Amino acid sequence: MATYAVGVVIVAKKVLMCGNEALAEAAIRAGCRFYAGYPITPQNEIPAYMSKHMPEAGGVFIQSESELAAINMVFGSSLTGTRAMTSSSSPGISLKQEGISYLAACELPSIIVNIMRGGPGLGNIGPGQSDYFQAVKGGGHGDYHMIVIAPASCQEISDLTMLSFDLADKYRMPVMILGDGILGQMMEPVEFKDGTKLEIKKDWILDGCKGRKPRVIKSLILKEAELEEFNLKLQKKYNQIKNEEQRCEVLYRDDSEIMLVAYGTPSRICRSVVENLRKKGKKVGMIRPITLWPFPEREFKKLAKNVKSFLVVEMSCGQMIEDVKLAIDCARPVHFYGRTGGEISSEDEIIKEIENING
Amino acid sequence: MDKIFEKPESIRDAGTHYCPGCGHGIVHRVICEVIDDLGIREKLIGIAPVGCAVIAYDYWNFDVTEAAHGRVPAVATGIKRSLPDRIVFGYQGDGDLGAIGTAEIIHAANRGENITIIFVNNTVYGMTGGQMAPTTLLKQKTATTPSGREQKIHGFPLKVCELLSVLPGVVYAERVTVHSPQNILKAKRAIKKAFENQIKGLGFSIVEVLSPCPTYLGLSPKDAIKFVGEELTKEYPLKIFKDIT
Repeated sequence: MATYAVGVVIVAKKVLMCGNEALAEAAIRAGCRFYAGYPITPQNEIPAYMSKHMPEAGGVFIQSESELAAINMVFGSSLTGTRAMTSSSSPGISLKQEGISYLAACELPSIIVNIMRGGPGLGNIGPGQSDYFQAVKGGGHGDYHMIVIAPASCQEISDLTMLSFDLADKYRMPVMILGDGILGQMMEPVEFKDGTKLEIKKDWILDGCKGRKPRVIKSLILKEAELEEFNLKLQKKYNQIKNEEQRCEVLYRDDSEIMLVAYGTPSRICRSVVENLRKKGKKVGMIRPITLWPFPEREFKKLAKNVKSFLVVEMSCGQMIEDVKLAIDCARPVHFYGRTGGEISSEDEIIKEIENING
Repeated sequence: MDKIFEKPESIRDAGTHYCPGCGHGIVHRVICEVIDDLGIREKLIGIAPVGCAVIAYDYWNFDVTEAAHGRVPAVATGIKRSLPDRIVFGYQGDGDLGAIGTAEIIHAANRGENITIIFVNNTVYGMTGGQMAPTTLLKQKTATTPSGREQKIHGFPLKVCELLSVLPGVVYAERVTVHSPQNILKAKRAIKKAFENQIKGLGFSIVEVLSPCPTYLGLSPKDAIKFVGEELTKEYPLKIFKDIT
């Protein structure tokens, strides 16, 4: 059985960690060797963990002067073929948007972690999910996408962080891990799996042109026809990802009349709601998107054939609900219940919403 | 017959997009001569800025990337920290380095990043049509200072070498100009030293190069050169501001 080093203490198999620490440890195990970030709550455990453990792994930790600098340092590291990551929370992620657009344009694999808090503006440091649009619709300029991954437990944070690095390398693009303040702060047992098995040759990196022709990594394409061609190439890649990388979890697929839809922390509350109502014989289920982009449209389309209605539960004023409606082409009623500002739905509130729908 | 002058290997055989009389071509050439002289072309990564030099990769015959506006020092940091045995240099203009990228340059310098920055100061935004730069002289007319730069409205010309040389992370800061053959040779010596410092692992080096922009100074190439030599050097004195190598 493998043992894992946490600080100076060697512990066995499962370790108790907060989500932010689990994410940082998983990143290092996935081969991340460059981290740059700027402090912001509620993700501060990530840079703190990286500052200690990244040098131990032979990697680089930099506390940058700003989020702008951090994302551009990641840009620089990634183009050398290094697995590179930055993390922040909502206001800081807004600052990174410029860099994310350049990463997408230069097709540089990279991991951006957003442990979302309440917004808009400075908002507060409570948990939030109001950066969904920004994450999945392309918060920066231009026609681009990131793969957006939404874990819902510390274990999943660990597993999906490792997956994220592989997806970033496989498709040569930025991947966002979208968590919220609760997931970042909450402690749970984690068992770290083995790191990447992906073998990929990065024959595009800049490391000096010894023995080969010089390479250029850039995003300026002045000729209209060439830029259009490049955009269409990106879209082709995005379509392949839509085809191959949709991920979700479905509870009670076969007989549910009402299907809850939630990701991240609200999905944990919805899971309790579903299990409790099931004990009372209510036909309630849940679909939990794990990839927010690509959105698990295929599963939604299948569910829409039998489900009577959907109830989307978010820690926002209603963002993912738009993708649910698009996915099922408004074939069923889609209801919404959201709390915002750092507030969290209770089970009772959600049950009341379900009762209202049942009328 | 002996060949006594030829194109450096580090320069591509390409036609120039720069305006007649522009200093960028000279600075490119000098950098490439230095790279050849030091034999570092194959272990080099250059970073082009946003601005007139944005397509410097069309002229440079080595690995090149292109940073977002002002972010050259952050990108350079990411590259150099990931590949410490490679040579990394950033090429920045006055808007890129002196306005939108001041945070990045100051902090890369203050961390003492072992990189080389070539800073081309021509006192004006060329690519976007001749707007005021942070280094525009007082009374200088630009597209956005039609009556001349006024301190009360636009502030003072920014002294980059003076500013950076007080930071302990900076080992070498020199201002040179390319307005005459003699000065071009001096500029080459300074740029060579800035690269040698990096090769020796000494820390952050910057060479500020005063350069003519005839198009947006509204001068003939000849008069633009005269302006650099006679006017710019008054506001921006040529000197070694710091050398602790």
